[in-house]
Amino acid sequence: MADLATEATEATAPVVDPTNWTCPAPLRDQPVVVMGHGGGGALSAELIEQVFAPAYGNPTLAALTDSAVLGLGGARLAFSTDSYVVRPLFFPGGSLGDLAVNGTVNDLAMSGARPAYLSTAFILEEGVELAVVERVAWAVGAAAEAAGVIVATGDTKVVESGHGDGVYVTTAGVGLVPDGVDIRPQRARPGDAVIVSGPIGLHGVAIMSVREGLEFGVEITSDTAPLADLVAEMLAVTKDVHVLRDPTRGGLGASLNEIARASGTGVRLSERAVPVPDEVANACGFLGLDPLYVANEGRLVAFVPPEHADAVLAAMRAHPQGAGAARIGECVAEHPGMVVVSTGLGGTRVVDLPLGEQLPRIC
Amino acid sequence: MKYIDEFNDPDLARRLLDEIRATVTRPWALMEVCGGQTHSIIRHGIDQLLPDEVELIHGPGCPVCVTPLDVIDKALEIAARPDVIFCSFGDMLRVPGTDRDLFRVKGEGGDVRVVYSPLDALELARRHPDRQVVFFAIGFETTAPANAMAVHQARRLALDNFSLLVSHVRVPPAIEAIMTAPSCRVQGFLAAGHVCSVMGTAEYPELAERHRVPLVVTGFEPLDILEGIRRAVHQLERGEHRLENAYPRAVREQGNPAALRMIEEVFEVADRNWRGIGPIPASGWRLTDAFRAYDAEHRFDVTGIRTEEPAVCRAGEILQGLIKPTQCEAFGKACTPRTPLGATMVSNEGACAAYYLYRRMTDTPAQQGSRIPREEMNPVG
Repeated sequence: MADLATEATEATAPVVDPTNWTCPAPLRDQPVVVMGHGGGGALSAELIEQVFAPAYGNPTLAALTDSAVLGLGGARLAFSTDSYVVRPLFFPGGSLGDLAVNGTVNDLAMSGARPAYLSTAFILEEGVELAVVERVAWAVGAAAEAAGVIVATGDTKVVESGHGDGVYVTTAGVGLVPDGVDIRPQRARPGDAVIVSGPIGLHGVAIMSVREGLEFGVEITSDTAPLADLVAEMLAVTKDVHVLRDPTRGGLGASLNEIARASGTGVRLSERAVPVPDEVANACGFLGLDPLYVANEGRLVAFVPPEHADAVLAAMRAHPQGAGAARIGECVAEHPGMVVVSTGLGGTRVVDLPLGEQLPRIC
Repeated sequence: MKYIDEFNDPDLARRLLDEIRATVTRPWALMEVCGGQTHSIIRHGIDQLLPDEVELIHGPGCPVCVTPLDVIDKALEIAARPDVIFCSFGDMLRVPGTDRDLFRVKGEGGDVRVVYSPLDALELARRHPDRQVVFFAIGFETTAPANAMAVHQARRLALDNFSLLVSHVRVPPAIEAIMTAPSCRVQGFLAAGHVCSVMGTAEYPELAERHRVPLVVTGFEPLDILEGIRRAVHQLERGEHRLENAYPRAVREQGNPAALRMIEEVFEVADRNWRGIGPIPASGWRLTDAFRAYDAEHRFDVTGIRTEEPAVCRAGEILQGLIKPTQCEAFGKACTPRTPLGATMVSNEGACAAYYLYRRMTDTPAQQGSRIPREEMNPVG
């Protein structure tokens, strides 16, 4: 500091020469895993493309859908797996156990499947109180019953103290896809209505409020919920739902970008139509975050042919998990691969795929 | 939210835009000083709605963008030490130093934590008496009072394991530097509202007079920004150049006396290097001798780190409003938020990141597909 000050004092006047200034060489690739690799954004996608796909990629995996749809003995089976490492284990509106069931059930539901069976694998850290494990286990049981699935198999491992974070849970699930249903991101078509099943951002803000010790004046509860019933109601209106996605990590913004890129279409949203609860908007404003990138655990976004949009929306609103459903935009032929929002003032902005985790702004 | 939604009203925005259109008769170049204002302008598409005569130039008011490379390198050096808990505002973690960033240091085992206030870092110091807790105290006049308070409290609580890595900068010397640059195009300023809420406005009338430039203290919501633009254009059209306060709900002439007392107790004015601009005399703060024991640069003996910044990108010209981000050859190609060449691309408040996130479709043909005419982008439904 002293050196810098001395050097600067020697300058008699501000030197404002744009050619004298430069910036650091870019960090092209991180040689170690950083938290952003788990953020559901561009870094996560690169990890899959550059590390996992080359090692064991195949046409089924290449679809990169929430759940794989597999032909098996004449039936079409949806199959998915997910790991849950949320901290804290218990938070307003839910727990690790709820997420571990609902997350996998919802991944299955996003291919139109009726979830049937789950597996659970617990990784426990030495020293964790058994009462805590018991609470997580009972939460898994209750959530499975509520979602109408059976936990058919399981596993337990223990790691040494300091090598885990209490309790991690991995679940896998299978379900049957009904005949005539073909739901995947590649099927988005220009003209499709884009519908979200309810207010966004509640899970992410609920977790932040307890994890970071932030208080926003009102308790914000996670939206974690199973969505297979809601999907069944939508498919009862029409089997021709084109795309379903549950916007978890990376939020609605990441899901819509993935759909736009997979289908080669554009997405246009109306900012005012996107349901953002006041408490989420306030917390995001306070932290400098965008609600479009905040995680949800009980919401879906649907691309529906325009002729069915009103009826599907009505069916969603008649279901408890879709009561706050809203039509927020449409799929377009223009700007393929991009998501564009018309702002409340009449301007426009691009909603890009987030990099990794959102970073709170300084001021 | 009350006092937010009212300043986001489309009908009132249209009326302000009509007034600006009715007032303007020739081209004017205005600089919004603060990165928060840049972010709001681009996020709401305000610059698209202005008449063609009004050009907004994005100023150097992003604290992440102007923090010099050698300070980043010092932060990386300190954060990698096993005895240190290094605390920072979130968006500093992605700023690349010479060969790595704070994310990487964290990934390699460094204890790097995102905090929302320097007082959170102080609390960590209290809870971990066996560790050294360092807070990365960057920013303008807005963040200085809380950082000063943290050091003040540390001394009061005798928390000897707490220190600040200070890189504070001040707005008025930057305005002075921009106005005296031969290449300066700026004809009016939207002064940073939150800086003025701390510091007051006493430093500005003389700047406005000497450089014959309107200075309008401006807030951050869409209507605040449009009102600031309206007043600046009004002054320019009438040949006036004076300080106006268009953000009176937050800014008083005398500023925030308690915050000013705290700054005065802990900091003293010092010369600073600005990334993108260079050294500017008296443009920042450092800890006074009385608080030098809390200066992380001395505590960890990193004052010797000097880093040459290699020539790669044109962020310096962007920070001074000489070019738009999209006029940089690297924008959106070699330089993206994922692989930033310059700090303007790293922070959400940086002009390049704001352009990349919100505007690249209209300003960069063939970025992802065909260029989209503005008239095609009407609100949905």
